[in-house]
Amino acid sequence: MQVQRPKLTFWERTYIPQILKGMWITIRHLPMKKFTRMYPEEKPKLLGDYRGAPTLVKDPEGRVKCVSCQLCEFVCPPKAIRITPGFRADQAFDSNVEKEPKEFEIDMLRCIYCGYCEEVCPEEAIFLKNDFAITGYKREELRFNKQKLLELGGVQPDSIWKWKYKGAPPPGTPIGPVRDGKPVEKKAAGH
Amino acid sequence: MAETVKLTIDGKEVVAPKGMNLIEAAKLVGIEVPHYCYHPKLTIAGNCRMCLVDTGMPKLDKDKKPELGPDGKPVIMFAPKLAIGCNTTVAEGMVVHTRTPKVQKAREGVMEFLLINHPLDCPICDQAGECRLQEFSVDYGKGESRFVEEKVHKPKQTKLNAKITLDDERCILCSRCIRFMKEVAGQDCLGFVNRGSYSTLTCYPGQEPKTNYDLNIVDICPVGALTQTDFRFEQRVWFLKETKSVCPNCSTGCNTVLWSREGVVYRQTPRDNDAVNQCWMCDYGRLNFKFINDPTRLTSPSVKSAVYGERVNLTWLEATRQITGKLKAAGTIAGIASGRATTEELFLFKKLVGDLVDIVPHTGEADGKLLQADRNPNTAGAKLTGCATGKLPEILEGIKAGKVKTLIVLGEDLDEELAKKLELLVVIDTLPTKATEHANYVLPGTTFAEKRGTFINGKNRLQRFNAAIPPVGIARPEWQTLTALLGASYAAIEDVFADMARTLPALAGLNLSKIGDLGVELKIEQPAVQPVSQAAEAVAK
Repeated sequence: MQVQRPKLTFWERTYIPQILKGMWITIRHLPMKKFTRMYPEEKPKLLGDYRGAPTLVKDPEGRVKCVSCQLCEFVCPPKAIRITPGFRADQAFDSNVEKEPKEFEIDMLRCIYCGYCEEVCPEEAIFLKNDFAITGYKREELRFNKQKLLELGGVQPDSIWKWKYKGAPPPGTPIGPVRDGKPVEKKAAGH
Repeated sequence: MAETVKLTIDGKEVVAPKGMNLIEAAKLVGIEVPHYCYHPKLTIAGNCRMCLVDTGMPKLDKDKKPELGPDGKPVIMFAPKLAIGCNTTVAEGMVVHTRTPKVQKAREGVMEFLLINHPLDCPICDQAGECRLQEFSVDYGKGESRFVEEKVHKPKQTKLNAKITLDDERCILCSRCIRFMKEVAGQDCLGFVNRGSYSTLTCYPGQEPKTNYDLNIVDICPVGALTQTDFRFEQRVWFLKETKSVCPNCSTGCNTVLWSREGVVYRQTPRDNDAVNQCWMCDYGRLNFKFINDPTRLTSPSVKSAVYGERVNLTWLEATRQITGKLKAAGTIAGIASGRATTEELFLFKKLVGDLVDIVPHTGEADGKLLQADRNPNTAGAKLTGCATGKLPEILEGIKAGKVKTLIVLGEDLDEELAKKLELLVVIDTLPTKATEHANYVLPGTTFAEKRGTFINGKNRLQRFNAAIPPVGIARPEWQTLTALLGASYAAIEDVFADMARTLPALAGLNLSKIGDLGVELKIEQPAVQPVSQAAEAVAK
């Protein structure tokens, strides 16, 4: 097929009007508001629900909130999460939680920042925070372990205190009415 | 078939044997009646109230005949109250509704009561994923709680015995475990103390369960109250792959399920088979699978090198070439096989070794329930394939006297003294033993979890088991090794079985798929299990 070339006028063939037109657009934009952000010197402003790197959090009492139920491991679409479940120390203040991850690994090379782990977590222990530029020199650096994830996560305020009064009173306590983790004194029967 | 009655369940006609209860009758037509306390192998307690159904009987006139309505069908008089399906037997003309709003409301109510004091610690509960309380909450529950008071607290993380962890808060008081211990295990040691919502499952002081069947109460516990201590927090059940298998620890051959993830077997549970083990298994068999993931497993063929003076790993090709060459040059070959090997392996072993072959008996004490005195799972298979000849003392004497110089051992151990007398010792095994230490050639085998095959149990029942996990290293199933040594051309285990079915009349017409998950009874003339010669055993040790 033969392409029909448009017939150009003399001025069009000189290109001068086109150049002037282009320069006019550039000049017009000079005093306008700038859209370019000088990243990485200038960081973007993230909204509250931004989905950055997943992290593990502690509650204000310092308890690791994760109980290694492994639902996030199950739901994770790219299978980036790997948990080794373990026991809480017998004498620990939070031993009533029984279970905690011995190791918690997220392969950040695999993570797709979908946020399913945060959504599925029944303990509100995993949060996608604002870190988005996850880089490293080695693959191993990008396998975040439990310690690293807890550092990134920090402390999260808690309004429910799910585990505070959970679990049985100390052994030897008679089974009976309990309030706020303490057995309720039985009132003398009034006849 | 026994006397039957006709009834209607949810509009479906059911013909059920007389005396059957409504849960089982509904199961016949694929209708699930949710239940907690009812268990088909235990007596009926009727205390969970989850299986409530609406039942009605035809209205009878003066002549005791069903009164017909205007549409020509019998008039059904429904009972004013719902009845429990587990303890209501089928009756002629009975009409049962299991999905009406009335029944649904009752189930919602029962679920709400059960959950009032339930701690809802599913995130840390091992039962999560296979918990009837979770399942029925989704299927029949209200989905929300109206309970605002503090829940009753009961003992948590207590040890019922060394094998079982008890969490009383999770218990829904179905009493299955109490009935099991009393009726099946034969140790009446569990019971409820306290009253009302403070009712607590416990064992009599100093009377902890100590039978060989305790762990079955973990299986039948519908919630996470009773959990297996050595499986505690190991893995979530939804990650585990279920593989139908057979327990290799005695000649009963209990049908089992192996639960594995990524090449690691985490637990073993019984599988229903009324002809063998009903739905139970003994703790000895259940817990004896840890050797599968033993870190010392043999992973590669090796030769005791005369040059280097130590073991050198070989490829399979090289090992096969060297061994076949030496076997050809050798005179009399003797073989010691194992009653733990599969029938296919024993068949090939017999072919390879010839007449001078026997298995090593392993015995223990029988308990009159499932555990047999013969701890070899495949003694009958060895007999059938001609591997169990009773020639073991003869072989051992022969080695001592220096008459037998070449020995092939399949999955058994050998005395150091005897091993040193041999000129050529080839050992096929999974774990290092005295025999593998002194063997000229060690060929790594696979455990029952890593291969397919069949066992013939003490009652001549041919049972099939499947591979749950891949073998370690470059180890491979013994039948492949034996095929290579024979120079045979079996491409798959099916080919070995087909050859076996052609050769052995007892297996005629069978193949691996025909055996099915539940096994088939073989017709073998001679009694399968003969009394084990104590002398032979002593010599072997």
